[in-house]
Amino acid sequence: MRKPVIATASLAGCFGCHMSILDIDEKILDLIELVDFHKSPITDIKKFGRKCDIGLIEGGCCNSENVHVLRDFRKNCKILVSVGECAVMGGLPALRNGIPVAECLEEAYLNGPTVHENTERILPNDDELPMILDKVYPCHEIVKIDYFLPGCPPRAELIWEALIGLIQGKEIKIPYEAFKYD
Amino acid sequence: MTMNKIIHFKLDGVDCQAEKGQYILDAAAANGIWIPSLCNMKGIKPHGSCRICTVKVNGRPMTACTTPVVEGMVVESNTEELNDQRKQILEMLFVEGNHFCPACERSGNCELQALVYRFRVAVPRFAFQFPVRNLDASNPRLIKDHNRCILCKRCIRGIKDKEGRNLFAFRRRGHKVEISLDPELAGSLTDEQAQKAMDICPVGALIRKEKGFDVPIGKRTYDKKPIGSEVEQPTVNE
Repeated sequence: MRKPVIATASLAGCFGCHMSILDIDEKILDLIELVDFHKSPITDIKKFGRKCDIGLIEGGCCNSENVHVLRDFRKNCKILVSVGECAVMGGLPALRNGIPVAECLEEAYLNGPTVHENTERILPNDDELPMILDKVYPCHEIVKIDYFLPGCPPRAELIWEALIGLIQGKEIKIPYEAFKYD
Repeated sequence: MTMNKIIHFKLDGVDCQAEKGQYILDAAAANGIWIPSLCNMKGIKPHGSCRICTVKVNGRPMTACTTPVVEGMVVESNTEELNDQRKQILEMLFVEGNHFCPACERSGNCELQALVYRFRVAVPRFAFQFPVRNLDASNPRLIKDHNRCILCKRCIRGIKDKEGRNLFAFRRRGHKVEISLDPELAGSLTDEQAQKAMDICPVGALIRKEKGFDVPIGKRTYDKKPIGSEVEQPTVNE
């Protein structure tokens, strides 16, 4: 039987959820026996070269590039999973949702206490740069998401159980301690 | 002193006893059965506003925290229909405010969060509103964060000064309603009162200044044991 293929991405996240995947410790050896990793920061594969079975998304969407990547994942993954608070609910990046984008940019590039030597008072506006969205959006408000793993980050146990469940088609039991929002 | 009259009722098919006048929620707890609730708190006059504790009494939906037991009453609580309604209310509360658990001092000790854990809400079924709300840190001892407030009125009902005056009140109307703290009375807020306000708040809307994150993850109230386990052991995988 062909090994299931996994792709992962970190959008508006902190890579903590990817770290939590690594937190399954020695089970990572079992995991690479069970699956192949395709496009992912772990493999450094930048473009989809094949269809994947499972896509793991960390982080919500805060700019146009996040939306592009997420749509690309939806197109190329049979099952898409929101991993972690930011992907599921917007998370900490969404703390800016009550602040107008202009104010955020001014704080970051003009008025913030750590701003240094921006004498021409330039806000980044190169065409190559992704556009900042008006708000940070949870992934399921941009594309259809099939499963949700809460946590900041989701406990390694939860990620492991969910992956095994998806790969083997088994019903999973998630202990109370592993189901958290923080 | 007269003995309180004992009356009988049925809760989810179990024969239960109650003292006359006892509310369904309290009587259930006395019989070892947990009915989920949020705006209710022991020692504070019940209010029946969050509707989480809604049960069916003789087939009709009633709030268990404000409905006294009557002889022969038949109550349903732990049913698929009612639990899904509870879940929906929790999800609505979640999307209606700005509940960023990882950034909240109350995380792990929050009753709203504990309920979504117990009901296993992986994601709310409703769209996030991300309302624009403010945070008021003008009081020297207490931070009031309207992003997290669920308007349960527990602080209004539970915090009074020595003369019995309310320190908290609602101000404004409709979807703009928010908790206000009497600036004059609250100017003399003691550390004890600030702590009491924080403890009374089921979420992280009232936070004592220079406090928070002082209990490590793993040792907080709802880290290991689900809410309601003080009344009833949850069934496996609930």
